[in-house]
Amino acid sequence: MRWAVIQFPGSNCDQDVYHVLKNVLAQEVDYVWHKDTSLSGADAVVVPGGFSYGDYLRCGAIARFSPVMSAVKETAAQGKTVLGICNGFQILCESGLLPGVLVRNTSLHFRCETIPVRVEHPASRFTSEYLTGQVLRLPIAHGEGHYVADDETLESLFLNKQVLFTYSDFQGRTTPESNPNGSQRHIAGIMNRAGNVLGLMPHPERASEKILGSDDGLGLFASILASQAQSTAKAA
Amino acid sequence: MPDPAITPELIAKHGITPDEFERIKTILQREPNFTELGIFSVMWSEHCSYKNSRLELRKFPTTGPRVLVKAGEENAGVVDIGDGWGVAFKMESHNHPSAVEPFQGAATGVGGILRDIFTMGARPVFLMDSLRFGDIRPGKPNAATNRRLLSGVVSGIAHYGNCIGVPTVGGEIYFDASYDGNPLVNVFCLGTLKTTDIRRGAATGIGNPVFYVGNRTGRDGLAGAAFASRDLTEDSKIDRPAVQVGDPFIEKLLLEACLELFQHPEAVVGIQDMGAAGLTCSTCETASRGNSGIEIDLALVPQREQGMTPYEIMLSESQERMLIIVRKGQEKTVTDIFAKWDLPCAHIGQVTDDGFMRVKNHGVTVAEIPAKKLADEAPLYKREARRPADLDAKQKLDLALVPEANIKETLEKLLASPDIASKRWVYRQYDHMVRVGTVTAPGSDAAVVRVPTGDNTWKYLAASVDCNAHYVALEPKLGALIAVAECARNLAMTGAEPLALTDNLNFGNPHNPENFYQLQQAVDGLAEGCRAFDIPVTGGNVSLYNQSPAGAIDPTPTVGIVGLIRDPKHVTPSHFQNPGDAIILVGDPGAELGGSLYLRELHDLKQGRPPELNLEREINLHNAVRSAIRLGEIRSAHDLADGGLLVALAECSVAGARRLGAVITLDAPASRLDALLFGESQSRAIVTTRPENASALVALLELRGVPARRIGTVGGRDLTLKISGSTPLEFTWDVTALHRLWDGALDSYLA
Repeated sequence: MRWAVIQFPGSNCDQDVYHVLKNVLAQEVDYVWHKDTSLSGADAVVVPGGFSYGDYLRCGAIARFSPVMSAVKETAAQGKTVLGICNGFQILCESGLLPGVLVRNTSLHFRCETIPVRVEHPASRFTSEYLTGQVLRLPIAHGEGHYVADDETLESLFLNKQVLFTYSDFQGRTTPESNPNGSQRHIAGIMNRAGNVLGLMPHPERASEKILGSDDGLGLFASILASQAQSTAKAA
Repeated sequence: MPDPAITPELIAKHGITPDEFERIKTILQREPNFTELGIFSVMWSEHCSYKNSRLELRKFPTTGPRVLVKAGEENAGVVDIGDGWGVAFKMESHNHPSAVEPFQGAATGVGGILRDIFTMGARPVFLMDSLRFGDIRPGKPNAATNRRLLSGVVSGIAHYGNCIGVPTVGGEIYFDASYDGNPLVNVFCLGTLKTTDIRRGAATGIGNPVFYVGNRTGRDGLAGAAFASRDLTEDSKIDRPAVQVGDPFIEKLLLEACLELFQHPEAVVGIQDMGAAGLTCSTCETASRGNSGIEIDLALVPQREQGMTPYEIMLSESQERMLIIVRKGQEKTVTDIFAKWDLPCAHIGQVTDDGFMRVKNHGVTVAEIPAKKLADEAPLYKREARRPADLDAKQKLDLALVPEANIKETLEKLLASPDIASKRWVYRQYDHMVRVGTVTAPGSDAAVVRVPTGDNTWKYLAASVDCNAHYVALEPKLGALIAVAECARNLAMTGAEPLALTDNLNFGNPHNPENFYQLQQAVDGLAEGCRAFDIPVTGGNVSLYNQSPAGAIDPTPTVGIVGLIRDPKHVTPSHFQNPGDAIILVGDPGAELGGSLYLRELHDLKQGRPPELNLEREINLHNAVRSAIRLGEIRSAHDLADGGLLVALAECSVAGARRLGAVITLDAPASRLDALLFGESQSRAIVTTRPENASALVALLELRGVPARRIGTVGGRDLTLKISGSTPLEFTWDVTALHRLWDGALDSYLA
């Protein structure tokens, strides 16, 4: 499977995602510069974490105008996989590929730690390798991960099973203490209605090797690979 | 506006003594003009010239088989880690700026040390910090100010490090009233590079163009190096313009652009960052190293404000700027790369052959100084040193006057004391995981980071920064020696073998003979420690004038050591791992209370001689634990430091992911129980092993010349301490409750 990892000025998780895709998962992967206008036929694109354009103005607000984002939108429209992690999630929201916005953590502090994240359901190309209610140990590292949307949007996200990940405790309970940033309904990651664009605040790429303390994030990449294999098989 | 006349007042205001002014006139063979006076004042400040400390620094061992770039040669030392790879690392202070503007002061401290590392050609891969503040607990003097400083400094470090994407993986924070009004912010950075790709800061090749890249020059940080080289006073607030303003996003672009440029070795002759003393320092130092001259025109320097004078441009410490000496004909390679990264890039001058640093403004010469004399021939002073008059009194400790505190409550108090309490409030504001290298998260004896050496090949490094300044205050030489020992001990506990050391010498005004005595003695102690452990010093920083109106800080020679772990299997955690594991005390029980946290926290006494250090024992301990780790005999290893034996045991419980309890049995001491439990005797550690291996491990350690005994077993939800003897005693703590105290303490002070 061919992957593209977008590089904005200020991206800083691009090399991490690249490493995991190439060295841990043996994928074909290329960097794509933000001034480029084509993803040269990649099957999946990752918008990585970082501080694109310094996150001046608002997280992700400038990146959405980047030339490469038109290509990302096109790819999304073609039904190919788009994965936004952390700042990437913020960019996907700002560019309208996902509903809602991410605002400052309620603590007003940046927060970096490995926390429990619950899988809401496995019926998606991003979660098929997980079980419903499975609690993953995933790192977060953000100052603006507080997911906000209007009530109607929130209702439809849950109704259409677009909420894939929520913050919980290790027993899978959503308690006030288990919400690290004040996100509405504990939302940690959502996909679009079509089911091919995912944005999440936790970093699966930082939890893909045992030596780093958790490899619970691998399932997300494995799910994408499995779904790609399936669709290739169907096409054949 | 015409330049002001050079009057004795103006000279004094620049921190230049009458003797130094004579020396300047001899060098120039005339009077300096205003711009030149400014240039000399920053280059001959302590911060840039080390004029008060350089003679002392010569005592350090600086060579070794792994040393590729020695201390003082370049912006940072470089050490060989094998397989064609090296590490560049260094620690630097940003104390004065952080005192007046904690957020920007700390942020630009991070930015500055990062540039020191990538200017060597290395990619920065992790950061650590050593911080000192006054007490933050409600009710303590100046607590609100100290909390504001702590919050600001931590936010500043987080802002810069998180944004640029270099993880902050560890460090240390201590609190003491001596830092009221003068916090310490020492930032450590390490980068990796191929040993064939080391970049130098030399201007060679007559006619080669000199490029300025990065941020535009503004009026921020004017003469910051000079500001950092005088005492902090009530009026220091008005020096806020001397504090630089950082932009980590620009630095990220600058970092990536420079690393991309280094892929074209044919284009780059030399590179140096513009840190302290900015354009002044980078031009005269590169010329001095290159035995050449340099000529620039300030009109070509990218500027963010209008109407800046040559004096201002030369003394600005605007951040995120670099000076690059380009090979003639390769200009386009440079301009293309910086255009790609949308960064200012300007050809501002060229290398010359006359040895002068010549500064023009629109073609008119505004400064003309022999570069070598400016950069390397600052006056050197051997200051008067005198043993502090009150040192004998401070070292006296009459334990008969110290009642034994309640053991159960003491442990609880110590775990909640700011020095011991969990620093999670701090490090969770730092991105400590980016770059997927952090093997051991903050909160352990040393950080362990895998650093890339090629595509999916890694080296495992351990690093720690340490200094118990209370010991240094009570006996400077011994205290500094212990700082080296403790830092090396922390590395040994993770399974690492030390490679090299960087230091950050934080002291008071050197013109005070008692302060200078502390500096001199501490350097002796560090040097002795480095020789004993065979660890060369590869760089560092001196920060003097750390005093507020209340007096000098406790002398704080912070030590940072980097070590190598041969095999990832050897990476050893600090805390209890499995129920049933045997707990072994390595080293003797010990009973020295002098200088201890217990005396400070429970008896309000900063008193006594620090614990003795027997170097042979200490070295044996490191070797013995390291070799047992390599043999796979050790499951966890934690050194004994502040708070002594009982605090170390409690840390093994509360800081572990599983919060395992333990049952400990100790023989009743001949004298005081508090001394046994809270004394800080050196050369000791707590290790755990599989129960069936316990006696073999004890035998192995003793064979290596280290006393060892089994003192208990891991397990349960309580930490139970039994004291056997004629009147047996038993104390029990609920680990969950201890964890709550330890983990929530900083939150509660800072809420």
